[in-house]
Amino acid sequence: MAGLATTFGSGAMTNSIEEISGSEVIFVIGSNTTEAHPQIARRIIKAVDNGATLIVADPRNTVLSEFAHIHLRLNPGTDIPLLNAMMRVILREGLIDDAFIEMRTENFNSLRNTLFAQDFEALVEITGIEPSLIERAARLYASAQKAVICYCLGITQHVCGTANVESIANLAMITGHVEQDYTGVNPLRGQSNVQGACDMGALPGVFPGYQSVSDEAIREKFSRAWRTKLPEAPGLTVMDMTHEGVKNGIRAMFIMGENPVLSDPDASRVEKNLGSLDFLAVSDIFLTETAQLADVVFPAASFAEKTGTLTNSERRVQLMRKAIEPVGECRTDMEIIMAISNRMDYPMDYEEPSEVMEEIALLTPIYGGIFHDRLEHTWGIQWPCPDRAHPGTPYLHKYSFARGRGLFVPASHLPPKELPDSDYPFLLITGRTYHHYHTGGMTRASEILSREEKEAFLEMNPKDAEKNSIRNGQMVKLRSRRGEITVRTKATNRVPEGVVYTSFHFVESPVNRLTNPERDPVAKCPEYKVCAVAIEPVS
Amino acid sequence: MQMEHVPSVCCFCGCGCGLYFHVSQGRITGVSPSRNHPVSKGNLCVKGWHSYESVYSPKRLTHPLVRKNGRLVQASWDEALSITVDAFKGVLSQHGGSAIGLLSSAKCTNEENYLLQKLARAVLKTNNIDHCARL
Ligand code: SF4
Repeated sequence: MAGLATTFGSGAMTNSIEEISGSEVIFVIGSNTTEAHPQIARRIIKAVDNGATLIVADPRNTVLSEFAHIHLRLNPGTDIPLLNAMMRVILREGLIDDAFIEMRTENFNSLRNTLFAQDFEALVEITGIEPSLIERAARLYASAQKAVICYCLGITQHVCGTANVESIANLAMITGHVEQDYTGVNPLRGQSNVQGACDMGALPGVFPGYQSVSDEAIREKFSRAWRTKLPEAPGLTVMDMTHEGVKNGIRAMFIMGENPVLSDPDASRVEKNLGSLDFLAVSDIFLTETAQLADVVFPAASFAEKTGTLTNSERRVQLMRKAIEPVGECRTDMEIIMAISNRMDYPMDYEEPSEVMEEIALLTPIYGGIFHDRLEHTWGIQWPCPDRAHPGTPYLHKYSFARGRGLFVPASHLPPKELPDSDYPFLLITGRTYHHYHTGGMTRASEILSREEKEAFLEMNPKDAEKNSIRNGQMVKLRSRRGEITVRTKATNRVPEGVVYTSFHFVESPVNRLTNPERDPVAKCPEYKVCAVAIEPVS
Repeated sequence: MQMEHVPSVCCFCGCGCGLYFHVSQGRITGVSPSRNHPVSKGNLCVKGWHSYESVYSPKRLTHPLVRKNGRLVQASWDEALSITVDAFKGVLSQHGGSAIGLLSSAKCTNEENYLLQKLARAVLKTNNIDHCARL
């Protein structure tokens, strides 16, 4: 997550999950936490029970917004104006933490100049929120001793995702809400091991532990350990490969456990691009839409059939254990990778995942003290953990930021790339629901979970439904500039007028045929969250 | 009947709850939350409680498949692996590593992610490796 890495020097959650329940003010922005991160939602609700104040910024009414003391129902895609307006209030009322700004950060003047150049009333108007609500939220957040901000894909999946994150960091730093327990900035990770995949260098620009591939000394270190020459040029990002791979000179791909045909925006393009590769190999537990395009499909072992570590949102490295033998002829991805490597004349002969971990510890300073035997009788270790004697790190940036001083990066409003117009009059937001997980491959295979939620629905304000003569429960055609899908409507006040919402779990209504692959220029995160659509009833 | 409880981690979201698989005669019959785990504290969400069901889905792939005459058909591991390796070797020698791309998974373990990026960089000579965290 580029934004936090720039400002703090590390892109991970600053606190532990349990700390949230001890916070005084919790500000949740762009996260439908009860559905996407149930355990974190539980801590938030527990904190509220203990007397904490909850501020939720979300265009929709959500379960969590019902618990909120202040619900900032902002217009979709206006997070920066909201955060800037809050910071204007904090500056105006002298609620900034001067000592913290002075001792721990840099570039504050440029933030202040940017903020003063923006008109408070104009900012408030863009967000569509009552000014007094923004003022109250700003005062509550700034005055608390212990305050945390939690955010999720609602913040990062915009054209301005990186700037959104930087603005959140600005708000936390001007009020000194970073370096303590119960206090910080917490990006909530979507899938189980997103944190670990990043930590392990499954990224085009870095080796494990965020060590840059462009740094010669680092390259030299890995080159010596791996006994071979390593490529220098940073690689292509996922969308450069899935959307334009062939155009970018890619001829062969190996996709392990992902289903980009369903999960990427503008899915039809992904299908076409992957379909025209010379060669595609996929390993997965199911014959996913992506696997159906492959030349070779490897049957992978499931999470219950293998041992290894996962790193959760709070940087906790934990041991997942093999409970049963793989079904059929399935093999673990580790065995598959090793078999390919051995046949490519580069021997990989690890007997156990624990031996791989030893190599990781050797080469990755933040994992330097993490070994399987240490994880066996504990609840895991939170990185950074530089050596065997180190107990791990529950919260980050204690005495100084990972990058030294925290960097203020001022931001201005960047409207979503595609806004409603007369041809496409509705703003579509996408998100996830409680019972399903990402593209639904694993969860839909579970009978009980599918029974609870059989198909996708489109949330629509009852007034909009009436205006367009759409009955509650009626099937409608949802059309964007890129494609169309059919989906059942649900009239509900959860969404404001002019905005519709749907989830992205269902193959029958692949919403990513509609969404906009326009990307954030830094994080290369596609704008999934909002795009313009037209809606017409299907008779 | 012997029942074994295997401590593990739920793999469905970034919370990372601790859980126990209940295993009887080589089959998972249920899960329960770990009471002292700092995240789950005796509690799982509905996804966690049902996490193991997908393991026994009739839709699981159980053997390798390779494309022949346009259709995916059952194959041996040896055949699937040699087709893959031949394809990568061919592209590597003709076009170099920059013509190969790999996607890793936020659903796989750290060890697997580590090995895949090592395969990309050390063996296939490319930094074209990413995963879907941005998504
Ligand atoms: S049990 Fe629920 S909250 Fe816990 S890790 Fe699994 S999906 Fe996440």
